[in-house]
Amino acid sequence: MATNVYMEALSPTMEEGRVAKWHKRDGDAVKAGETLAEVETDKAIMDLVARADGVLRQVAVAEGQTVPVGSVVAVIAAPGETIGAAGSAPPPAPALSGKGKGETGNVGVATAPAVATVSAVSGADPSRVKASPLARRMAKEAGVDLKLVTGSGPGGRVVRRDLQGAATVAASPPTFPVSRVPLPERPEGAYQDVPLTQIRKTIAKRLATSLGPIPHFFLTSEVDMERAGEAREALNKQLGDQGGSKVSFNDIIIKATALALSRHRACNAWFQEDHIRYWNEVHIGMAVAVEDGLITPVIRNADVKSLAEIGREAKELADKARSRRLQPSEYTGATFSVSNLGMFDIDQFTAVINPPEAGIIAVGSIVQKPVVLDGEVTARRRMRVTMSCDHRVIDGATGAAFLQTLKQMLENPLAMLL
Amino acid sequence: MATQFDVIILGGGPAGYVAAIRSAQLGMSTALIEKDKLGGVCVNIGCIPTKALLHSAYIARLLRDAKEFGIEAGAVKTDYGVAMQRSRKVSDQNSKGVEFLMKKNKVTVVKGTGVLQPGRKVKVGNDTYEAKKAVLIATGSRVKGLPQIGLEINKTTVISSDEALFLEKAPPSLAIVGAGAVGMEFADIFSAFGTTVTLIEALPRILPLEDAEASDTLAKSYKKRGIEVIAGANVKKGTPAKDKVTLDVEANGATRKVEVAAVLMAAGRAVNTEDIGLAKCGVQVTERGFIKVDAGLQTTAPGYYAIGDVAGPPMLAHKGMREGVTVTELIAGKKPHAIRYDNVPSVTYCHPEVASIGLTEDQCKERKLAYVAGRFPFSANGRARGTGETEGFVKILRDKQYGEILGAHIVGGHASEIIHELAVARENEYTVEEVELAIHAHPTFSEAVAQAALDSLGRVVDM
Repeated sequence: MATNVYMEALSPTMEEGRVAKWHKRDGDAVKAGETLAEVETDKAIMDLVARADGVLRQVAVAEGQTVPVGSVVAVIAAPGETIGAAGSAPPPAPALSGKGKGETGNVGVATAPAVATVSAVSGADPSRVKASPLARRMAKEAGVDLKLVTGSGPGGRVVRRDLQGAATVAASPPTFPVSRVPLPERPEGAYQDVPLTQIRKTIAKRLATSLGPIPHFFLTSEVDMERAGEAREALNKQLGDQGGSKVSFNDIIIKATALALSRHRACNAWFQEDHIRYWNEVHIGMAVAVEDGLITPVIRNADVKSLAEIGREAKELADKARSRRLQPSEYTGATFSVSNLGMFDIDQFTAVINPPEAGIIAVGSIVQKPVVLDGEVTARRRMRVTMSCDHRVIDGATGAAFLQTLKQMLENPLAMLL
Repeated sequence: MATQFDVIILGGGPAGYVAAIRSAQLGMSTALIEKDKLGGVCVNIGCIPTKALLHSAYIARLLRDAKEFGIEAGAVKTDYGVAMQRSRKVSDQNSKGVEFLMKKNKVTVVKGTGVLQPGRKVKVGNDTYEAKKAVLIATGSRVKGLPQIGLEINKTTVISSDEALFLEKAPPSLAIVGAGAVGMEFADIFSAFGTTVTLIEALPRILPLEDAEASDTLAKSYKKRGIEVIAGANVKKGTPAKDKVTLDVEANGATRKVEVAAVLMAAGRAVNTEDIGLAKCGVQVTERGFIKVDAGLQTTAPGYYAIGDVAGPPMLAHKGMREGVTVTELIAGKKPHAIRYDNVPSVTYCHPEVASIGLTEDQCKERKLAYVAGRFPFSANGRARGTGETEGFVKILRDKQYGEILGAHIVGGHASEIIHELAVARENEYTVEEVELAIHAHPTFSEAVAQAALDSLGRVVDM
């Protein structure tokens, strides 16, 4: 039986694909899993692979041509099966309904355990996926699009074992350890006078030049962190295999913020009395709580550093900050800052801008929340981000556009690769 | 007679005869070699005759309790010999039925003892038969005694089910060693026929493979009925005399003597793999003595397959029957549904009946699974109250995250029949919700299944 080759949703947001290059020609023998063509998606160039063994026939899309997801681009004939050569039969009509486009929130190719054919039995309705009730439930919770899973049950039915990998991903949400704060011993007397330390004096002085004189305004957005979480788990697995240190959510947020700033230079700026300095370089200040206050060491050029580099540097700087060994060059010159109180179970807060920077984002904790996705209530990891803007530099829409980019990057970490 | 066939099957028990029928249905010429009666242990000296005897036992108890139902049956007299004769008739009918099925499906039946030869051949007496496609080994298993403690089966005072099924009279007293399905069923039968029964199990619970709650319910029920149950017991020594046996039984830190007219050995079975030519054909066996097979039931010798008890546990007729179907479909080049060995129902036909599928609650705990146990007692089921079968329960173990039915355990009247709803559900990966959503007729025993499913979801109605 012939198997249709569809333009597949190779990225979660892909709606159409351009066949960049055919690796196989009409009449070539192909094996399941072999690359048939390179497809340019909205994000990257991906491989379109064969979902069956046989002979490639009826190549209906030329190199350079763009077709919607779900279109039939060729047919794989079973060995020995006679199917007209290229062009001798009209290509079958696009079979997948518009729903397969990927905005459905599937976890994408990387985490789907057995990505493969929409069973393309001619005449059958391909939008109907055969799956056991248990498999449907597991897929829903794991956010896996059943259309992308090969069924190994009777008649190609998707069953539990086909989803085992995806389920494991879903079954192990990151754990946020509950830190127990010991009750402090109550000291003698009604009160205590504590002289200001140098750092407290500086904080007092600097922040008084902020909230007072700087016209702040705040923008909040809730970000779906499900994919960022999955990307982080996958990365850490790889880093762990290589013996590297792990990437934290904060590292991902720093990276995404830096990248978003590189696209929104209007927010990557200093207010300088008679002029605004728009920075071309992106240096992210990272608020670190220390024993007697806080300090913001700087990750320089965070937009061009890899996540692993950011992770390593952030850890070193935080360690140095806590042991008070930061050099001035390590905590000055930030162009924008990130403050994260997620580890304290803070849902949402506003941070005070660190002048002359024009903005700072305040990051809350990542919590599992019921959200409506494709008309269904499902649990997702969500995080609230609040941006404080200096209105002298950033206007409402400018800040909002930056925050939107940041949200998109976090919700689709692949976008950071572009 | 032809000597060449596509498929030759050695052994005409449930695995072998079902394989023969399926093989013939698939258009392959098929020969079945059997040294005794068709149907094997199951039909002749196993499942079938015991079910006949269990029904006699059931009627005896029913009549004893009939007064409560408004029926005076007078003094109930039992005669094991008559019950035994009836059970023989049932077995013979079934064996003849298998013979008929062989004829109907044009399977050549060869009477005699077959010995495997290299080159996919089987020798029976002086004749050699050759298989073009495959030889299936389905030689089954037999009961084994415990000769190391002096309890070798002597067929008079130390017997196995093979002898128990042909007794003319129920013995005045009987010790049964082993409280698995066989031991439990014979305890039920002989107790109803007036025998003083002592049931001895080495493991801490009777029905050790079943859920602990099932074991406990049965232990209570048996004790109430006057069957002595000694679990966690070690039979140190057995001393058979002419018309009695003395057992030294160590339990709860003390050793006591149990004196009985006969001992029924119901502990374990041995597979029939000796003298059938396995070694010279290159067919290897496992450490436990089963024939080594791959996922497609092929042995270490290409072209030789094993099915049924010889192919490994669970040693159950229905598991062997399924293997018989699957293996012949594989040989015929089809792609059969893979056998789910974790979804083989297990049934003990004692009263109350015990039926289960999937994991026990203890296994769920061992595997650290997040589960919820839904329960429903038959004492709250209208149909069961009507028939006076209020012992037992349905218990469904539901996976917390996905609602998967991890295991199901039924103790009660008709448990052997109503377990299949859950077998179908599990085979098709229905969750507890699908089971509950199916409308169950009222009043039925099966309603208890739906109620247990509801209970696992925290919304039981009838309790």
